[in-house]
Amino acid sequence: MRGFVPFVGYRLFRALIALWLVSTVVFVVMRLSGDPVPLLLPPDAPTSEMERVRRELGLDRPLPVQYAVFLGNLLRGDFGRSIHFREPAGRVVMGYLPATLELAVAAFGLAVIVALPVGLLSAMRRNTLVDQAAMGLALIGQSAPTFFLGILFILLLSLKAGLFPTSGRGEWSNLVLPALTLGAFAMASIARLTRSAVLEVLRADYIRTARAKGLGEALIVAKHTLKNAAIPIVTITGLQFGTLLGGAVVTETVFSWPGIGRLAVQSIYNRDYPVVQCAVFLSAVAFIVINFFIDLLYGALDPRIRTG
Amino acid sequence: MAPSTPASALAEPDASVGRATTRRRRRLRVPALTALGLAFVVMLGLVAVLAPWIAPQDPTRQSLRGRLSAPSLEGADGKSHIFGTDHLGRDVLSRVMWGSRVSLTVGFAAVLVGGIIGSVLGILAGFRGGWTDSIVMTVADAQLAFPFILLAIGIIAVLGPSFPTLVVVIGLSGWVAYARVLRSQVLSLRSREFVDAIRALGGSFPRIVLQHVLPNVLSSLVVIATLELARAIVLEATLSFLGLGIQPPTPSWGGMVQEGREYLDSAWWISTIPGIVLMATSIIVSRAGDWLRDVLDPTLRGE
Repeated sequence: MRGFVPFVGYRLFRALIALWLVSTVVFVVMRLSGDPVPLLLPPDAPTSEMERVRRELGLDRPLPVQYAVFLGNLLRGDFGRSIHFREPAGRVVMGYLPATLELAVAAFGLAVIVALPVGLLSAMRRNTLVDQAAMGLALIGQSAPTFFLGILFILLLSLKAGLFPTSGRGEWSNLVLPALTLGAFAMASIARLTRSAVLEVLRADYIRTARAKGLGEALIVAKHTLKNAAIPIVTITGLQFGTLLGGAVVTETVFSWPGIGRLAVQSIYNRDYPVVQCAVFLSAVAFIVINFFIDLLYGALDPRIRTG
Repeated sequence: MAPSTPASALAEPDASVGRATTRRRRRLRVPALTALGLAFVVMLGLVAVLAPWIAPQDPTRQSLRGRLSAPSLEGADGKSHIFGTDHLGRDVLSRVMWGSRVSLTVGFAAVLVGGIIGSVLGILAGFRGGWTDSIVMTVADAQLAFPFILLAIGIIAVLGPSFPTLVVVIGLSGWVAYARVLRSQVLSLRSREFVDAIRALGGSFPRIVLQHVLPNVLSSLVVIATLELARAIVLEATLSFLGLGIQPPTPSWGGMVQEGREYLDSAWWISTIPGIVLMATSIIVSRAGDWLRDVLDPTLRGE
């Protein structure tokens, strides 16, 4: 495992830099939004009251000091109080987190379960009708706007065919359409990548050797191909899980799914900035942490990466 | 070639070059689907430019009597609406035509903004190296390690949705692709003899960039810009769908899909038609980008 510790250290350093940059952007955006005090108080509040709240929030102090306090609060998990819910913003966002996780895991699971066999089949039967149909669909899945896919699924599978409810959460049937919508992009990407990774391996000399030895096609795929095609597939698959979090904003809005993406959008309409900031920041943390572990997994799977 | 190049890479240069050129020649015959795609893009551009003259009706003209009429040659108000009318009786076809202006202007402007920022930073990072390079690439990595739509939503929520805000935010979301490619191209050009020669002759930095670097990277830029255009159009539509894009009553495809959502059961065409046009645009423009990449610059495949 020589070289693994510096590798982890470097990745950790990069993850921390990314977190710091995101929190700085959050701070700058918050300052750009202007004075939050009038939002916190009734419109007829006297000037002295406004001054008092401003002092209480530390807004009368110089910007560098405010920035330091802001970073300190983030480290302690203090995002301020939600204006709409009248609760700490962190607690509000945490309450919506399980729904988003449920949706993301379902979407990801669905994507992997469908995409791996389809990609493998496409590679084995390349240039047949099956392959072309699958890859055509994958191309559409990769470039179709998520929100419109959701609308199409609602129209065709829910309103016309009556197979699934249009919105809400609770039953498994509620989960199918949002998971399909959110997972579509990942599904398409993983299927395309699996196909090309398997094709790449099938061209290798050791596969020719295996064929020459007279091994059956099933054994060649099971024993030699899948193992070697795994590394690129695992990486892209992991990265796709991260991008799901961004897509969740749109999917949750389309299906009225009570997760943090929809909470963030609604909080924007409510001008509830502490909640928006907390949701954005926590998603960034989740995203960066997931990417960090994928990097590690990748490094563990393929020693060549560590030096690169 | 550098002396450290591994022998395997030099093993059969002729064979690989030969294969590359035959592939290139084959691909240069524009496939039928791509030709159709290019025709679609040209048509879309014409529609966007000519919308005020060719749209059958004023896209904001409401008609109580003609509300929610299905696609037909003769609607309830006696006019033809081949894509139907929406909940306010506005002609969907005219709105889709006008909507293409929003999609294309925001898309192209955002690509321009992202392209300029990304190119300048990429060229600087490549030429200067050292700290400049580290900072630019760290910021780029950090941005890639983050679902940008969340940030876009936050920024637009605070600054308010307007054309310039949208263009800058969408443009900023895409600068990394240009910066990475230009940086690597500059790095490889920097060590070439002709650049050294220009330097020795006293050529200034801007002169080297404008006259010698840009022409060399132009084809890569075109490829990235095309792929980015598709992404920018979808991002604009997504933000409009969330109510954070161009505001009503100006028609935009994303906004139209949003407005039609309530009527999906009774009047499917309000949402579906602009959505299909958007989806087709996105698929066709990104396919055109893929095709350009294969023809002009296959090395970008991995990016």
